[in-house]
Amino acid sequence: MSLLEARDITKKFGGLAAVSNLSFNVNKGEILGVIGPNGSGKTTVFNCISRFFPLTSGELYFKDQRIDELPAHKICDIGIGRTFQVVKPLKRMSVEENVMAGAFLRTSSMHKARLKANEIIEFCGLEKYKYREAKSLPIPLRKRLEIARSLATDPELLLLDETCAGLNPKESEEAIALIRKIRDAGMTIIIVEHIMKVMMGISDRILAINFGSMIAFGSPQEVSNHPEVIRAYLGDAYA
Amino acid sequence: MKNFNLALKILLVVIAVILPLVIKAPYQLHIIILIFIWAIIGTSWNLLGGYTGQVSFGHAAFFGVGAYAAGLLQFHLGVSPWWGMLLGPFAAMVISLPIGLIAFRLRGPYFALAMLALGEIFRLLFINLAFTNGAKGILIMPEITSKMFYYYVGLSALALTIGITYLIVHSKIGFYLVSIREDQDAATSLGIPTTLYKNLALLPSAFFTGLAGALYMNYVAFIDPNIVFNLSNISVMAIMVVMLGGVATTWGPTVGAAIYIILGEVFRTTLGSANVLVFGVLVCLIILFLPNGIVGELDMLRGFLARKKEGAAGGVKI
Ligand SMILES: Nc1ncnc2c1ncn2[C@@H]1O[C@H](COP(=O)(O)OP(=O)(O)OP(=O)(O)O)[C@@H](O)[C@H]1O
Ligand SMILES: [Mg+2]
Repeated sequence: MSLLEARDITKKFGGLAAVSNLSFNVNKGEILGVIGPNGSGKTTVFNCISRFFPLTSGELYFKDQRIDELPAHKICDIGIGRTFQVVKPLKRMSVEENVMAGAFLRTSSMHKARLKANEIIEFCGLEKYKYREAKSLPIPLRKRLEIARSLATDPELLLLDETCAGLNPKESEEAIALIRKIRDAGMTIIIVEHIMKVMMGISDRILAINFGSMIAFGSPQEVSNHPEVIRAYLGDAYA
Repeated sequence: MKNFNLALKILLVVIAVILPLVIKAPYQLHIIILIFIWAIIGTSWNLLGGYTGQVSFGHAAFFGVGAYAAGLLQFHLGVSPWWGMLLGPFAAMVISLPIGLIAFRLRGPYFALAMLALGEIFRLLFINLAFTNGAKGILIMPEITSKMFYYYVGLSALALTIGITYLIVHSKIGFYLVSIREDQDAATSLGIPTTLYKNLALLPSAFFTGLAGALYMNYVAFIDPNIVFNLSNISVMAIMVVMLGGVATTWGPTVGAAIYIILGEVFRTTLGSANVLVFGVLVCLIILFLPNGIVGELDMLRGFLARKKEGAAGGVKI
């Protein structure tokens, strides 16, 4: 069953179509990888799904409910969580408070929000930093905090934007392990990442875009052998 | 540490309650009553500006409307201005609502500017309207003149303001307000309806500032538009009081109000006409060297010491 479906979505900034006529779907329980060169529109797709940007045209459905006219804060409420490529920690709040801010979506009780936050902090391996102010965290932990905070809102679909960017190989591996753990807990995930090896290994299906348009959509095998993808990444000589 | 804190708070309350039985001098009581009024304004401003990050340059609008609500009841209807303590806060909330609903939707300095305009619009409006008795202002004959009475009314109003603000800040709402201040996009991504919650901070902020205004009318017995809608003496002073005492702290605005009023009085009586200059320089120095305000710096110091003792990071109190 399709959890999320995009039908011909287009987003224009003035004359520039950052996303154009893109259609894809995400099945429940799968990891969908989105790849594309810099500036190809990956983050814009996330911003459209999470309603940070209004669509220029097209439709978005989540569990068969139309979502492209909902206010942005409702998106999280119906079960779509996201992280930001350029992390946005609640800087002067502690790690625990950051995660609690997410947990409050499903409860008004301080006690329950704290319990929930602590559960998730442990799941994400952030116990040691629980009382640290978010602004004092190094990048890998900030990225982890983005995920933890978003998990605290109990999403069914998680949008992860370049969780591994700026991390060294060991840190990347830890991040990937966390993402696998989240998937094994039953989460559906759309992930954007630049490291091909990671994307090929973790994704069930891959959507490749360039200049905002789809160039390939299918299994990692199919997509990595697709001539358009090779051209977009390596240039005409290799296609 | 917990017991010590509790004991300190009980001691504070006891002192506050018996103080006017010890200090009987009207002048000293007058100063304390002014401090109460300013502490209420500062605490209200702090909920919106300090915790929620929505800086208002026009809290005089709420203060003035609260004051006029009390004054006009007496002026037009002969109703006791004490009813203004009820009407004033609600009137202030009513005028805050359209500003909040419109300006909070926009990003950027629109709210700050809208509030700045609101304060000035009300000042000019009230100067020119016959209904408000124009620039002549409103004079009432207070039924009660005992300073001790106003002391207790002021103390109760301040206790109510701090109490309610504390409950708001230490609840889910408080978490949401601080989240909005720290990063509005992140807050939205966590399902927080930011416009709604900013309004949830604005309404009580306007309410209690209106309460302070109504109390001021009852106590001082004379107001005019240039006094109660004053940009520098009310709107900007509200900000200064909070910055001096500590932004986004429970006691900061009260401490700031006390320092501001007391220093202001001391300088006014000892330095003559140089007082404004010296006062201004001193405030600049304090803000420069204690950027977190006095209570804020103490909190940091306490956090620092606690961390040393426990060998772990202490939680950030919001
Ligand atoms: N808010 C905006 N206003 C105007 N143009 C924008 C905006 N956001 C993105 N763009 C443009 O849209 C295009 C797609 O950008 P986007 O950030 O979606 O790319 P991306 O695939 O995420 O790139 P990267 O891999 O570098 O993160 C770019 O040309 C970018 O300049
Ligand atoms: Mg991007």
